[in-house]
Amino acid sequence: MRPLSELAIAQPAIISSIEADESLFNRLSALGFRVGKPLSIVRRANFKGPLQVRLGTTDVILRQKDAARIHVNLAE
Amino acid sequence: MKQIALLGMPNTGKSTLFNRISGASARVGNWPGITVDLMSAKILIGGHIANLIDLPGIYDLHGFSEDEQVVRHFLANNAIDLAIILLNSSQIDRQLSLVLQIKKLNIPTVLALNMADEAKQTGITIDVESLAKALNMPVLQISAKYGDGLPKALQAAAQIINQNLTPTDPKLISDQLQADHQIELEMDVLIQRHVQIPTTLTDNTTDKIDHILLHKWFGLPLFFLAMFLFFQFIFTIGKPLQDGLAWAFRLLRSDVLEPIFSASPAWFSGLMLDGVYNGVATVAAFVPIIVLFFLVMSMVEDSGYLSRAAFLMDTFMAKMGLDGRGFVMMLMGFGCNVPALMGTRIMRSRPMRLLTMLVIPLSLCSARLQVFIFFITALFSAQQAPIILFFLYVTSFLTMFLTALLFQGQYKNTEPFILELPPYRFPTPRQIVMRGWQEVKHFLVRASKFIILGVILVWGLTNYPSNIPPASIGTIAGQIGLLFAPILNPLGINTQLAIALIFGFVAKEIVIGALAVIYGLQGHELATQIASQIDWVQAMSFMLFTLIYTPCLSTIATLKTESKSSGFMWLSIAWSLSLAWVVSFVFYQSARALGF
Repeated sequence: MRPLSELAIAQPAIISSIEADESLFNRLSALGFRVGKPLSIVRRANFKGPLQVRLGTTDVILRQKDAARIHVNLAE
Repeated sequence: MKQIALLGMPNTGKSTLFNRISGASARVGNWPGITVDLMSAKILIGGHIANLIDLPGIYDLHGFSEDEQVVRHFLANNAIDLAIILLNSSQIDRQLSLVLQIKKLNIPTVLALNMADEAKQTGITIDVESLAKALNMPVLQISAKYGDGLPKALQAAAQIINQNLTPTDPKLISDQLQADHQIELEMDVLIQRHVQIPTTLTDNTTDKIDHILLHKWFGLPLFFLAMFLFFQFIFTIGKPLQDGLAWAFRLLRSDVLEPIFSASPAWFSGLMLDGVYNGVATVAAFVPIIVLFFLVMSMVEDSGYLSRAAFLMDTFMAKMGLDGRGFVMMLMGFGCNVPALMGTRIMRSRPMRLLTMLVIPLSLCSARLQVFIFFITALFSAQQAPIILFFLYVTSFLTMFLTALLFQGQYKNTEPFILELPPYRFPTPRQIVMRGWQEVKHFLVRASKFIILGVILVWGLTNYPSNIPPASIGTIAGQIGLLFAPILNPLGINTQLAIALIFGFVAKEIVIGALAVIYGLQGHELATQIASQIDWVQAMSFMLFTLIYTPCLSTIATLKTESKSSGFMWLSIAWSLSLAWVVSFVFYQSARALGF
């Protein structure tokens, strides 16, 4: 298990937990971040900028800081 | 082995509690009836070894999100001996529903109330004993973070485990959840029969484009190049159209209107021709450029490129206490500040919203663009024109960044930045025209309302008293200009331009119309006259002032209604006026000092 912010680009992973306060959690869940969902990182912006994450059919951008709240397991 | 399920709403500290109870023994495992892995841990409780299972956080046992289905399927396929439900004490009014839903299923339950200290701070007191009696289950206050109250909660759990009650009957629970199950099945069937979702998107055009446009190093330069080409395009196509229209308006005046009004009294033909017609015609000549601007702008907006701009700019924006969405709002402000201000509603944190609303009025809106195009074509060559315009856009950004940097300390926030990245969509011509037309219509309605009233007022002020030359020092307008001279002279802004600036406070659409009335000239003649009166340094100083000071009354009204604070509105007005003055002053005086 590791934070999403530390996942390598293109490495498939599965969300294992989301530890965020209510407003962040609601925003994440509205965009499809749920425990058990597969995802991968498409790209990272320079200078520790935001991540582009692909969840099924949806692409989402979020900051490293917020991505650190999402824990993932590597998918086999 | 006894099975204990840990249940709760999201963000109640459930994972923290699970980690605290399980220590290092947690492992991920498969469970019958569900496809996702769940964390579980073997714990020693009341002399039994029990398996503690961390179920996903859910808001509602009967909901249809994936997590809610996971919990339901787990309960309908696995016998459990005890449920530990964790609630956030400060939100107990909302969260108690989950307890009652579990209770309905006759599952032995211990209710743990987390974050009791937080609830106490907000003045919430929970009578734990009477609540326990009413719910007919043990209720205990704990702190998942610090472990307070945890031994007591585990003791209560041990007591229930030691009673050796029969575990839940999955079949029975399954029956009780049958109605939900029916809805799930129905949903699946409908989706399967009527909706096709490919497992991976077959169209990877978006990926290919993003590979270039979101490139680590080329992304940002490409973005600025695109913006530059965008303005170059508007200028190259729009300028000949504007000249043609201005020529047609002149012809209409000399060949049609002047003969018609030749019979009417001098003051009336003056008001109609030098006032209303000159003002309106000069502004109307800008319509082709405005139309082009909105056509291209709406195309960029609908294409999905703006979210990419947010991605590219977020790192930079974060340094100023803003985020990528704020940057998109700044770009929207290039069309019109009013909808951009309203767009900040998507931000939840008030400090960030206010900071974004403070910078938006500094973005170079289409009404200001019209003033700039007029002055740029009057005083600069065709080669210089796009560069000057680009410089003004850059200045617009710089003033916004400066404002955010200076004020970010006052508007600290921790708003998360999460945004969906839509696939690129090329809008259909119909979409572009429809959106563009909506914007143009809005502009025309606003402009015509302000311009006609404005130019009549300006005509009145510049023509009374009527026994002296129009717009001379003796007229009302001349007197107003004199009043402001001590403030505006150091910026190189003369009396005539000062009057136009005062009217520009109402709306920038009036500025050029007002100048047409003040000089009694229209279109090309007006431009030549102004060019002979002021030099490029003065024009630049005037444009900088126009760029930075309060855009219009509509923006001020929107600032007030959106922020619900007159104080904030006044702050915005005072800040933009002082910044405008300082920037123009510094520019004008240093240009003069350098000998220009």
